[in-house]
Amino acid sequence: MADERKKLVELQGLDITFNEGKSNETKAVQNASFDIYEGETFGLVGESGSGKTTIGRAIMKLYEPTNGKILFEGEDLAKLKKRGKLSKFHQSVQMIFQDPQASLDLRMKVKDIVAEGIDVNHLAKNDADRSKQVEDLLETVGLNRDHSSRYPHEFSGGQRQRIGIARALAVRPKFIIADEPISALDVSIQAQVVNLLKELQQKQGLTYLFIAHDLSMVKYISDRIGVMHWGKMVEIGSADEVYNHPLHDYTRSLLSSIPVPDPSVEEQRVTIEYDPTDELDGRDRQMVEIAPQHFVWAGEDEIDGYQERAREFGLID
Amino acid sequence: MEVSRDMAEKILEVDDLKINFNTYNGSVQAIRDVSFDLYKGETLAIVGESGSGKSVTTRSLMGLLAKNARVEKGSITFKGEEIIGKSETQMQKIRGSEIAMIFQDPMTSLDPTMKIGQQIAEPLIKHQHYSKKKAWDKALEMMKLVGIPNASAHINDYPHQFSGGMRQRIVIAIALIDNPEILIADEPTTALDVTIQAQILHLMKDIQEQSGSSIIFITHDLGVVAGMADRVAVMYAGEIIEIGKVDEVFNFPQHPYTWGLLNSMPTTKTERGKLEVIPGTPPDLLNPPVGDAFAARNHYAIAADEKVKPPFFKLSQTHYAATWLLDERAPEVEPPLEVQKRWARFQAEHPEADRSKAVAVENAAVLGNGGGK
Repeated sequence: MADERKKLVELQGLDITFNEGKSNETKAVQNASFDIYEGETFGLVGESGSGKTTIGRAIMKLYEPTNGKILFEGEDLAKLKKRGKLSKFHQSVQMIFQDPQASLDLRMKVKDIVAEGIDVNHLAKNDADRSKQVEDLLETVGLNRDHSSRYPHEFSGGQRQRIGIARALAVRPKFIIADEPISALDVSIQAQVVNLLKELQQKQGLTYLFIAHDLSMVKYISDRIGVMHWGKMVEIGSADEVYNHPLHDYTRSLLSSIPVPDPSVEEQRVTIEYDPTDELDGRDRQMVEIAPQHFVWAGEDEIDGYQERAREFGLID
Repeated sequence: MEVSRDMAEKILEVDDLKINFNTYNGSVQAIRDVSFDLYKGETLAIVGESGSGKSVTTRSLMGLLAKNARVEKGSITFKGEEIIGKSETQMQKIRGSEIAMIFQDPMTSLDPTMKIGQQIAEPLIKHQHYSKKKAWDKALEMMKLVGIPNASAHINDYPHQFSGGMRQRIVIAIALIDNPEILIADEPTTALDVTIQAQILHLMKDIQEQSGSSIIFITHDLGVVAGMADRVAVMYAGEIIEIGKVDEVFNFPQHPYTWGLLNSMPTTKTERGKLEVIPGTPPDLLNPPVGDAFAARNHYAIAADEKVKPPFFKLSQTHYAATWLLDERAPEVEPPLEVQKRWARFQAEHPEADRSKAVAVENAAVLGNGGGK
């Protein structure tokens, strides 16, 4: 099953520490290990400061791992030094940002924004080819071909996000990191952009790392989900299993706080409290496969408890 | 808390309000004939996307409109007194003391150079002329009420020493210390994590029960609305297109835009597949469309929608929707599956609910004295 699929990204015991050795040392990511398979959408959820974005940026090679390593298509990112290999890597991995206003240069025409990657990587034969590529891309993301000569301010938020997506697609990437790509958009526009991302994935076989704090949206778009808290990955599993049968206490608490657009459900909602100080008891914990393909961050003596829960949900016999 | 519109005292009435903004390109019609009222102790949620006019509406209640805004017509009555036309000095007496506001971003609404105790106590010193000592005592009490742990040790701290959730609690303490009649909360939890959001919403409900204030809650998150509101007004392109009790708007929605909103947001129960979308973007309010403003994006639009603006159709004493689909001449339509399910549940509980009996009414009917008993 999932094991036989090709691993595109592998994180092995990744630690990222900022200001190491100083008084303001911050362990942003601690011992994170997971794989992202080709063609899937891996969702990352957790509160602000839990390390979601740091992991995304580390995969972009914007941060050096303090410990552990990141493999992309089997190659260790830290060993990518040669220019050719590096630029090939940067072509393969692209990012879509949260704020479409801030991530587009106001003084550049859409044509030049989208074509920047094409220019850097010399992907166009001549000027006409460059224009054609840009216009095709605009069409792919649901804009008009003649939009290419306009400036960003002439577009709405949703359209600007489409420009950002076109820019990411311009270098024909394999893997796209979408960091809160829809949180700045209006509700009615969010669905349009999510559908576009899904459609592109199907057509071009893209792999996504989808980072968001809107838990319902992450559930909707992701195949598998990782839940982060205080720099630690506490639970990983298929989207349905994590949402319907959460095993870790933090995941349970997080899911119980999602507001539901139905007054009768809201009336009966009970939020589960979570005491994070349990995490700091100094126990040695690691990711343990409690049910098939469902991992929980657990210490030796906690495994039984989680297995009991999994049994109650009918995940294991 | 269930508030009956017949029993409760009406404290705010917005009648036929129209506000334009003068810009270089012409006049933007931001608020177009908006009417609603607010009763003591109730929570009214205003839902809509950016540019729909929800924030302009509430800013007009506070007398905080931008300089290029002009109130074309209409009135805002607070406890029987007209607010429009009041001078800045008169508004300052009301603002913060009788009508208070919580904003989205707690960091920008707090003064970074002022101790939080002083910020919480300021309204009392300014409005009630409390002595500093007495005001600080009250501030400490308020900090405990909004759940700031070990309040007496933190009263001299500055905003940057608190987390986002704690900061929003401080903002709430400032807004509530003067016991306002109306609390306007403009996306108060949008910048917070879900777990913190749940705590803040719970806190707001608790305090409302103790103080009996009314809340106008502005948000785009329908999940939050379902948990907080007694009544809901849905705004689109500067107009209220549907208003009713929370149960009526969520479970017996009538306007296709309300359907679209409910349908385009996935819940954790949504099956994977294609998410239903509302196509296109909201209209330009420099030249608002003639008929139903939503017609251009509406799968269910009928010919009348493009020519004549629909009136409100009355579905119950409390529920009104402005859509031609409720007219007797309109063809039968099948709403999205998700909405059909909601209808079925609602009609099982309320057998009297019948959309074919909806009748067209005057705009003013949504106000309790016209439409109510």
